[in-house]
Parts: sequence; C-alpha cells; structure tokens
Amino acid sequence: MSVRHALLALLSEGPKYGLQLREEFEARTGEVWPLNVGQVYTTLQRLERDGLVESDDAMDDGPQKGFRITAEGAQELAEWLRTPPDLASPPRDELVIKVLVAVRLPGTDVHEVIQAHRRYLVELMQQWTRIKEAEADSDLSLALVVDAELFRLDALVRWLDAADGRLKRAAADPPRPAPAALPRLRRRVGVRR
Amino acid sequence: MSVLELRGVSKTYGAGAAEVHALRGVDLWVEAGTMVAVMGPSGSGKSTLLTIAGSLEDPTSGEVLVGGAALSGMSRNDRARLRRRTVGYVFQDYNLLAGLTAAENVALPLELDGVAAKTARAAGLRALDGLGLSERASWFPDQLSGGERQRVAIARAVAGDRRLLLADEPSGALDSVNAEEVMRLLHEACKRGVAAVVVTHDAQLASWADRVVFLRDGRVVDQTMPPPGPESLLAPGQSQ
Repeated sequence: MSVRHALLALLSEGPKYGLQLREEFEARTGEVWPLNVGQVYTTLQRLERDGLVESDDAMDDGPQKGFRITAEGAQELAEWLRTPPDLASPPRDELVIKVLVAVRLPGTDVHEVIQAHRRYLVELMQQWTRIKEAEADSDLSLALVVDAELFRLDALVRWLDAADGRLKRAAADPPRPAPAALPRLRRRVGVRR
Repeated sequence: MSVLELRGVSKTYGAGAAEVHALRGVDLWVEAGTMVAVMGPSGSGKSTLLTIAGSLEDPTSGEVLVGGAALSGMSRNDRARLRRRTVGYVFQDYNLLAGLTAAENVALPLELDGVAAKTARAAGLRALDGLGLSERASWFPDQLSGGERQRVAIARAVAGDRRLLLADEPSGALDSVNAEEVMRLLHEACKRGVAAVVVTHDAQLASWADRVVFLRDGRVVDQTMPPPGPESLLAPGQSQ
C-alpha cells in the first residue's frame, strides 16, 4: 500500500490539512488500513521535498498546516495509477513453503497439514463475510476491500484444494522422473529438487 | 433442538469389487437459525449427504432425524409430506417449471400439499416479495435472468412454513455479485429461524455459513470453530 500515492490522490481533490488527510485515508480504505499521524507528516515532508506537494508556508507546522498537489504531483499520480504492481516474480509464500516441506518430511500427513490451513483460511473468510454482510451495503470502499481480501484468501484455498488433489493422484500414480529438467525456469519459480 | 441430525450415516453403492462408500459414519446436526456449509472435493460425498438429509435417498446405515423425528420410522406418505412441508430445496440449475409463472412455481409445492390455491398463491407472492421479486411474479422462467431464477427458486424453497433448507451449489453458474446475493438471501432466511445446509466447493459461498464442515472420502474430517467477532480483523495494525 503506497501511503505516498494515496495522499497525492486525496490532495488531487483540493488542498487539505494533515489531520484531515489521515481521516480521509482511513475512511476511503474502509478503515482496514489504519495510519498514524506521524506517518502522514513524514510522507508529506518527503512529498514536499520531491516537489510533488506544496504547503502553506504562512502556517506553522502542525495539524492546521495545509497542503496542495503540484503539477508534478498530479503527473506522478497518473503514472502510478497505470503502472501495474510487480506480480511477475512469485512471492516466497510461507503457505506454499510449508506444504512443500510437509510433502518431503517423513511421518507427516500432508493432507492433514493442508486441511489445518484450509480451515484457518475459511474461518478468516467467514469473519470477512460477516463484515461484508453487516456493513458493505453502506460503505462501498469497505465492500471493495473485503472483496479483495476474500478473493485473495479464496485463491489460497483453491491452491490447497488443487494441491490436495494433485498429491492424492501422485500417491496413486507416482510421477516418472523428468527426462530433462528446466533449470532456469525452476530457479525462477523457486522450486528446488 | 436440531432441525436436522445425522447420526452415524453411511451410504454404500454397489457391492463386491464395485462397492463405493459414498458416506462413512457421518454425524451432523443443524440447529434452527443456523447455516452449515459442507465443503469437499468432487466425489467426497457432499451431494449424497444432501439427498439423504432430504429423505430423497435412504442411508445404508445410521439415522436421519428431521425436527426430532427419525425418517426410518416414517411411512412413505409421511416422508413425502415432510418433503413438501418442512424441507425446501435449492438446486444449481434452479429446477423451475418452464410453463408456469414465477408465482405459480413458488405456490406449486404448497398446492400439491393440499393448501387452497388462493392461500398458496398469497403465500407465494409474499415469498417473492420478500426476495424483491413482486414485479416478476407473472413472468415465466425464460424471461428472467439467472440471478432472478435462483431467487424464485429460493422463494419456492422458503414459501409456507419450511424449517429446513437444502441447497446444492446454489449459485452454480451465477457471477460473483449474483452468487453473493443468493447466499445473502439464504442467510437471511436462516436469521428468520430456518436451518440450512449448503453444499459447495466454493470457499467464498461457504464463508456465509455459521459453521463449515469439511468432507473427504465420505468422512467429516474437520469443521470450523465459531468465528470471533469482526473486531479481530479491524483491530489497529501496521500499514506500510
């Protein structure tokens, strides 16, 4: 989450005070990402140093100091919005690593390990769904944030389901050794033999 | 009291080498006002569990109780009456009759149960109204969208005074927004006191349930704990 760009976005609506920026940031992210006021001011100082925002010099530092976005700031925001986040390299996902370890660890029932994680993820999803049920109708930002979280957790559950099925099939019909490995690809996706 | 209770239910199809154990000693109970989701991969026994709970099929061993009454002790007529009066079904493919309007589809099970046509129709319209479909009452299924058809099917399942809702992948081919609406409506029915069992492989749908039961190879292998309040997710944390 880029606080820097979130603040630029809020300032693109018009000049605002630091405290106001913090309140609006939290409201627009469905209050799921709390932000402390120190973070807001540090970020604003850096934005000012980089020429992306300007402050009211007349005012002292503090909650009443106003900020406005510059033309460079607006340009930076527009570029950031259209730049896809880096999703090209697979993250070192702890869940994936645990399942990979469980497959190789003697005396470990990998299906039981998978189920423990699946249950935990579904329990988390139940909690998010309760929030959505209670509040999402009245808060569009919250609905979007909760949806994103539910889809992210759902993807993990689906991966566990797929892993479960793949391991079950592999146990019934063990895979043959690969004729020629693809070392470069293996390195890229972080799989070690 | 549990509206639905399964005690040590097993179901075996075929015999000898072709024997398939669809369910093995399943215990399950569903209280009034709660939704239980049953999750599991294809072939784990989910749909068999639902057909046995709805008395559409008999278990090989074990006992099914609906409203405290054991199905095994009931005559065929009693069981048929129970299916018409107490149990509502929601299927993946809606199962609406194409030649009947939405209102007629909803009222049909009540009429079959001997409720006077006028009363049945009034109950049907009430159920449609409750699901925001009063303006579609005289429309035929092929004039309705997929989401609307499933809402009609839910209205049919809850019309009258049904206490047990059984749903098999109820949002099958619907997009995620319509699927959510279907689950929201089923959950609202539960809040009014209905007990529901929803069979699904979709964790997003299952997460609407009060309890999620995991089925694997015909056995219940796990279930979720009652969720803590939403505060736990919204507690102040660190943002970057």
